[in-house]
Amino acid sequence: MVDRTEEIEIRLLLEAMFQKYHFDFRGYAMASLKRRLKRARDDLGFATTSAMQDRLLHDSAMLPKLLGYLTVQVSEMFRDPVYFRTIRERVVPHLRTYPSLKVWIAGCSTGEELYSFVILFREEGLEDRTLFYATDVNQDALTKAETGIYDLDRIKMFTENHRQSGGKSSLSDYYTAAYGRASFNRGLRQRVVFSDHSLVTDASFGEMHLISCRNVLIYFDKALQNRAVGLFKDSLARRAFLGIGAKESLRFTEYANAFAEFAKDERIYQKRSGA
Amino acid sequence: MGASAGALEVLSNLLPALPSDYRLPILIVVHLPPDKTSLFAELMRARCAIRVREAEDKEPIEPGVAYFAPPDYHLLVEQDKRLSLSDDEPVLFSRPSIDVLFDSAADAYGGGLIGVVLTGANSDGANGLKAVVEAGGVAVVQSPASAYAVAMPEAAIAACPDARVLPVNEIAAYLREVGAR
Repeated sequence: MVDRTEEIEIRLLLEAMFQKYHFDFRGYAMASLKRRLKRARDDLGFATTSAMQDRLLHDSAMLPKLLGYLTVQVSEMFRDPVYFRTIRERVVPHLRTYPSLKVWIAGCSTGEELYSFVILFREEGLEDRTLFYATDVNQDALTKAETGIYDLDRIKMFTENHRQSGGKSSLSDYYTAAYGRASFNRGLRQRVVFSDHSLVTDASFGEMHLISCRNVLIYFDKALQNRAVGLFKDSLARRAFLGIGAKESLRFTEYANAFAEFAKDERIYQKRSGA
Repeated sequence: MGASAGALEVLSNLLPALPSDYRLPILIVVHLPPDKTSLFAELMRARCAIRVREAEDKEPIEPGVAYFAPPDYHLLVEQDKRLSLSDDEPVLFSRPSIDVLFDSAADAYGGGLIGVVLTGANSDGANGLKAVVEAGGVAVVQSPASAYAVAMPEAAIAACPDARVLPVNEIAAYLREVGAR
């Protein structure tokens, strides 16, 4: 028989985290959550999830630690180069027709995707008229994104991805390498607003022309996916664009009909006129 | 079902042996280089009577369909029998990982699950198969003698000594039988 004790403990821990700290993971998909919390438990040396919950309630230093396990994903710059190539070749021509642009990188984690967009927009001559919003629930990840420093051994892959995305400049133009790290230039952050924002509990904050939210929705259950996609719909200007992860889909959400498949394989959608 | 080195050949013998009115869903992890596009589902689709596709996130699991984990994502099963994907870090250098699929499927299906570990050159699947057995499910392992690579079946047998160890044609016969009931 399958023992449900652990699942009960997880739900109680999530409830504790929400009631005490207002971080709401109750709508996260259970299967991955369970793996992540098991890792936290093993690494942090707790015998049970309940013991971890006890510590979380009585020691706020536990919160950032647990958030690290629950939220941070390592991404790549220009991950899935064909996604960025499609943005460049098919979405950018639409964006050029606007005098000013707003782009939201939702769930930006440690910033790899954000910098990819800023560099792409600079190459296409759109950076000066664009405001980028980079948001995440995890403050530590946001701080890293804002710092823009990555291990040098990842740069080779970033560079290759950038080239495959149709990059018109050299990635090395944008960072300084020292002590095994690549530090991305401050200038790339001039047009970026970093902000902590939760797709679970926070509201829409403006009319975007492009939202990119990749490999975030897969961690949500169906109800929460509906909320997040609804939030994106409400945050997009008329006929604006939404890009999601290569294996994500709007098909099983309530808002499938509010979007047209703009580039099907690359998972880039366009909000329908009446939606 | 999980397979690694030698997966194409063994799956080419297994999946086409299942009839179009097959009643069980089949979830499959195959280790592939991350940059490979979803070759397996397409290759298999043409040869199989059952429906074959690549798993999509939050898709409800349907009987008679074989779902392949997409390259570079873990495939998991939720309690409500929907599929989930994740890009959490690789487990035993593998993403998708057989252990991740088996663990979550054991949670969701308990005793109503058959875990099948096929040919492969690492030990992925052994821990997952153990979880399947502990939840009351059935463990099936390809006999090392019939496997292209023996490490994965051997690790699975070591973790689950009571597993049914069968050559591919008998695994196919077994799956046909349980899926026809």
